[in-house]
Amino acid sequence: MSETLETVLRLAGVLVAFLLVPLLVGQVEHKAMAHMQGRVGPMYAGAFHGWAQLVADGVKFVQKEDVVPAAADRMVFKIAPAVALVPYLVAMLVIPIGPGLVGQDLDVGLFFVIAVMGVGVVGSLMGGWSSANKFSLLGGIRVAAQLMAYELPFVLAAASVAMAAGTLSLTGIVEAWNPWWLLWQAIAAVVFFVSGLAEVQRPPFDMPVADAEIVFGPYTEYGGLRFALFILAEYAGIVVLSALTAVLFLGGWRGPFEDQLGWLWTLLKTMAVAFVVIWVRVAYPRLREDQLQRLAWQGLVPLALLQLAITAVGAVMTA
Amino acid sequence: MNWPGKGLAKGLAVTFRQMTRRSVTAHYPDALPELPPRTRGVIALIEENCTSCMLCARECPAWCIYIDSHKDVIPATTEGGKDKTRNVLDRFAIDFSLCMYCSICVEACPFDALHWSPEFEYAELDIRELTHEKDRLRDWMWTVPAPVALDPGAEEAKEIGVAEKAAERAAAAQRVVEPVETTTGDLDKLDQPKEGDT
Ligand code: SF4
Ligand code: SF4
Repeated sequence: MSETLETVLRLAGVLVAFLLVPLLVGQVEHKAMAHMQGRVGPMYAGAFHGWAQLVADGVKFVQKEDVVPAAADRMVFKIAPAVALVPYLVAMLVIPIGPGLVGQDLDVGLFFVIAVMGVGVVGSLMGGWSSANKFSLLGGIRVAAQLMAYELPFVLAAASVAMAAGTLSLTGIVEAWNPWWLLWQAIAAVVFFVSGLAEVQRPPFDMPVADAEIVFGPYTEYGGLRFALFILAEYAGIVVLSALTAVLFLGGWRGPFEDQLGWLWTLLKTMAVAFVVIWVRVAYPRLREDQLQRLAWQGLVPLALLQLAITAVGAVMTA
Repeated sequence: MNWPGKGLAKGLAVTFRQMTRRSVTAHYPDALPELPPRTRGVIALIEENCTSCMLCARECPAWCIYIDSHKDVIPATTEGGKDKTRNVLDRFAIDFSLCMYCSICVEACPFDALHWSPEFEYAELDIRELTHEKDRLRDWMWTVPAPVALDPGAEEAKEIGVAEKAAERAAAAQRVVEPVETTTGDLDKLDQPKEGDT
């Protein structure tokens, strides 16, 4: 009985985090981006500095009509947002917040998270294909090309940490983590973060939705709640990416008073990485499609391989 | 010194520094904007100054000033004198949906009856309601600020030059007249040099 209760509690916790943290990141994006551009951002919704802006946006999206284009592949079109969103929920399930504080501890957690994150991208691809719209199709193809290019360095960088820790379990990796890994795994951290950005299609790697070229890419034909789900998936993607970066490279809950305040450390580190995601969006212009491919194949993959070699040498010497 | 990624770091630094500064957003409905002097917000009319001469209406490139007037007869005050006439303004309206804020009317008015007011909150939901009659234009007169001081080194107003010349001439006349010591009125003194010329 108590085991069932515990499972339910854990699942409820993950669900709440899944619904709240992306909103928090979205709000931080609104405000931080505005101030970085000399603006103030939302000011009215919720009276105090527009804190309820995203709630208001949500209400607006719910009220909108649910339109499916006549020529669209209805089934695929309708389930695409769910396919985009659910993988991130599943990914959150296995990311540890504190010692023992995890939805479900898997032995192959790292492997699982990376596999599942790749599925999320299929949602965008489905949306792009089924919309019967040339811009959507172009966007979908860009999503696919991006996934192909970035999955490899993403996995290689993650593999480097797994190699260093000698385990695929996320909890195990955090436990094996050592502050000097910050230096040892620095290249992997950068490669992981950059290719993760590309995977969740965040600027400067947002050419699938490049609004100046292809309207809004795979999401062009979407409106109302389905569109909101895609946007939520984007922010959930940021959260998962930030949490993974924090857990793999920044030591997760490791820090002063980690026994009591471990979860706080994880959250702080996650939010810090999420802030960098937003920061990078404001600071850099969007890359061109070919520049993105060149960066992936000629920059990140060799770097990741180099890191693997460094990790191997380090692992052999310390073992 | 150049190192790889310097440009990227610089980009991050610029945005971060900007974030720590005060934003430049004008909080308009909560705080009124600070408008520069001579702001062209709306045209105000001093009805008392207007002679219905129609100069403004004729100069207006958009033909958006509507003036109606009639002539009042003022009976002669002296026996056998001529009756005088006077223009009375019946209607003075500006259609701000056509006005292009070129200020030609304000400049054309020889009697300083038109002025710019910085007032700008007169949007309407119906375009026809943007034609404002003389009462409203008169009310806006209260919002016209005092003229700003001239820029240092600017050319002085024409009126001041005219007044100064008159004063100089008066002083010169005084000097000519003084030795004679005839005590005539000031006006005569002014006239004297002219008489000498002819
Ligand atoms: S500002 Fe120009 S357009 Fe407007 S009423 Fe005067 S003359 Fe006409
Ligand atoms: S130019 Fe001046 S005085 Fe003449 S009608 Fe226009 S506002 Fe009146």
